[in-house]
Amino acid sequence: MSAPVLSVRDIAKMFGAIRAVDGVSLDVSAGEILGLIGPNGSGKSTLFNCILGQLKPDRGTVEVNGKSVSGRRACDLNKLGVGRTFQQLSVFPQMSVLDNIILAGQEHRGGLLSRLIGPPDAGLTGEADRLIEFFHLTHLRDEMAGSLSFGQQKLVDAAMAFMAGPSLVLLDEPAGGVNPTMLLGLKERLMTYNREHGTTFVVIEHNMEFVMSLCSRIVVLAEGRIIAEGPPEDVHSNQTVIDAYLGG
Amino acid sequence: MAAAGPSWRRRGEEGLRTRRLTPILLLLGVAALIAAPLGRTDYVIYVLSSWLTFSIAAMGLNLTLGYAGQISLAQASFMGIGAYTTALMTLVGVPWLIAAPAGVALCFVVGLALGFPALRVQGHFLAFVTLAFNTLFFLVARNEEWLTGGSYGLSNLPRPAFWAFDTARNLPFYYFTLIVFLASAALMWGVVRSPWGRAFRGLRENPVRAESLGVDTRRITLLAFAIGSAYGGLAGALISPLVQYIEPSSFAFSQSLRVLLMVVVGGAGLFLGPILGAAVVILLPEFLRFTEGYYLMIYAAAVIALMVYCPTGLIGVGRRLSDRFSPKREVRADMKLGARS
Amino acid sequence: MRAAAPIASMAQFLQVLLSGLSTGAIYALAAIGFTLVWQAARTVNFAQGEFVMLPAFFVLIGVHWLHMPRWLALVFGLIVAVVVLGLLFKKVVVEPMLPNGGLPLIIATMALSILLKEGAKQFYGAEAQPFPSLFPQTTLHVGGAVVSVQDLMNLIVSLAVVVGLTLFLNRTRTGRRMQATAQNPRVAEILGVNTRRMVLYAFLVNAALAALASFLISPIYLAKFSNGETLGLVAFIAAIVGGFNQIRGALAGGLLIGVLDNLTATYVTTEYRAALPLVLLIAIILWRPQGLLGVDEGRKV
Repeated sequence: MSAPVLSVRDIAKMFGAIRAVDGVSLDVSAGEILGLIGPNGSGKSTLFNCILGQLKPDRGTVEVNGKSVSGRRACDLNKLGVGRTFQQLSVFPQMSVLDNIILAGQEHRGGLLSRLIGPPDAGLTGEADRLIEFFHLTHLRDEMAGSLSFGQQKLVDAAMAFMAGPSLVLLDEPAGGVNPTMLLGLKERLMTYNREHGTTFVVIEHNMEFVMSLCSRIVVLAEGRIIAEGPPEDVHSNQTVIDAYLGG
Repeated sequence: MAAAGPSWRRRGEEGLRTRRLTPILLLLGVAALIAAPLGRTDYVIYVLSSWLTFSIAAMGLNLTLGYAGQISLAQASFMGIGAYTTALMTLVGVPWLIAAPAGVALCFVVGLALGFPALRVQGHFLAFVTLAFNTLFFLVARNEEWLTGGSYGLSNLPRPAFWAFDTARNLPFYYFTLIVFLASAALMWGVVRSPWGRAFRGLRENPVRAESLGVDTRRITLLAFAIGSAYGGLAGALISPLVQYIEPSSFAFSQSLRVLLMVVVGGAGLFLGPILGAAVVILLPEFLRFTEGYYLMIYAAAVIALMVYCPTGLIGVGRRLSDRFSPKREVRADMKLGARS
Repeated sequence: MRAAAPIASMAQFLQVLLSGLSTGAIYALAAIGFTLVWQAARTVNFAQGEFVMLPAFFVLIGVHWLHMPRWLALVFGLIVAVVVLGLLFKKVVVEPMLPNGGLPLIIATMALSILLKEGAKQFYGAEAQPFPSLFPQTTLHVGGAVVSVQDLMNLIVSLAVVVGLTLFLNRTRTGRRMQATAQNPRVAEILGVNTRRMVLYAFLVNAALAALASFLISPIYLAKFSNGETLGLVAFIAAIVGGFNQIRGALAGGLLIGVLDNLTATYVTTEYRAALPLVLLIAIILWRPQGLLGVDEGRKV
């Protein structure tokens, strides 16, 4: 039994008197696609930010591949093998798609000085092109990322998250604002990537259909606590979950 | 979803209109610079040297401000550090080729030292810290007569001589300045094109995303600040032999403001912007001499108008005009400013 | 003799202290206005120093060119300041530039400071001009110390204005609306506050405060086109040192700088007198960026 890629133990975070996260523990094994859902205010984003090191939890630990990540800077987290996507403004608008993706990988290549003296693309054009092709963006390779449609930008965002070959990727509402056609393509690409590389995903999402069909396991949060956990079919028909969404 | 127009038009690189024309334009540009002072009066040659020197300072500030997005109001003080170091050393006989790098290195170190604590705070605060630093530098330069000559400054600064090449006259000195300028521009181009440059641009356009991709934003901001300061020092090292007399008020806060205006007017974040901006700031007053005291007011009013209508500077104006004739895919308006708000 | 010396130096200390508080209170007016504009429109007004330099010239124009009596010239100066440095500044400079982002606006205010400074120099003259004092130039003798009435009155008037402003912001409906706009413009809009007008008021109040500061300080330092440089710098530093987000921070910052500046000049060094606020600024930004009285989050009027 290999160690979990992500290990969250008894995380709690309070904002004033509000218990945003109230003792959450979960493990994510390598290669899983975990969905994190829950009604608004259930603590998903707070938990997410605690995992990403952007918030320091009041208690509990978060470990990625056995290393603690609490309070670490985002760039350090990235170097530890954690990638993420963003809900909004996730690309570098005035740079080409190719440059966006090269930037995503260059910090993992060599040292500070080699990045000054070495080749302008840090030797990454080939790899970047492969990723661009994987996401069917080859015809947009030299376009400025800011001129792409929102859905296309989300694909670039995902490509950037994958470029450095992370072991864990956190996706922050990847389906938000994307039209249904692109959504199918996005989901298909994510699942293919997961299959081919064994990368672990944790997905926060509001789009039920998207998350249920993408994820292998779902965790449901309500009022800062896990109220249900399991494969999508089970969670989908779980009465507690339905109550949480419909209730107060 | 293919866009109109040939693919070489759409590259996301600033300052380059087409890949094919660039080497030709570059050659033409250098040729123009070589030919510029020929047949001119001594004074015009002097002004041209001054322009190239300030272009170096503006290029440095452009890296700090235009690429890394940090407002530095201390560029003049770094010019001062470079100028005084070079002056003091050349006055005791140290050759310029040793004194100048010493000044540049000192500026780099001071830039690191100042930037390290100062960059932990955000935008406007850095502006004030650098403003304070510049003013402090001015005070020290003015008060410590034993070192800097105080308000009287340092005079009779020598012009460098390289084997047979003596720069005592303005024309040879111009070519000396041109060589230094081209070398520093080439170096800057190398930095901007390298992965460092990509990281700088990422920092400017979407710092949160950049950090999440492993870019140590604090470190590269510090680097941009230190390199920018070093370029200021190089400019200062050229000012000492150019003017052959330096005194504190040449490096006061108002000069920092002047260099800032050069960067912004030309176009911050664009490679040729500071050079164009320096030309405007230095050469325009010469043309506006007939307006006497009013030229500064006209100039200030023009800057305000420019900021209102085209904050990307004069190169931005040029681009807008050329875009009228050849439309290309527009960056979505909400993406233009990146993640900064 | 030995008994007299401590009293004499104590008296001198009190004099220096009062004088420092007095100038500090005037700095505070400029710093408070600066803070208001920052909160209302996220604008760092680099021309604030010139805003304090200029109204004195409006008054001088009123007296010497328009031959107004002194009191009328002061009113005239105030009105012109509020219209030009408040209304016009907001409409012509700030408003068109807000969508472009923070940097162009900062550059524009820097250019504006040059414009105003050169304008004063060209249109009025480069020499320092005497400015009529609002208060009698007499002195009081209080326990061995010689106290300038002008200093005293400056302090009292400035503090009165600050108290009045605070009452206005806290007790009147308009004032509370201005606070709401400063704290959270979107919520204020939803609640029915005319945020655009509240922002305008902030600019108008700043112009008025700057004008008042101008009238109080110009008798002492004379009206000169270059006054803006030091005054502006002190206003920024006072606002930051006190705590960028707070009015009472700006007040505290101004008083602190005024007192420390005077104490330094009298007891320590005149040459590096100007260095003190700068060092203070660097120290505060590095060790306590929220300022002496500031809090880390949230905007407060």
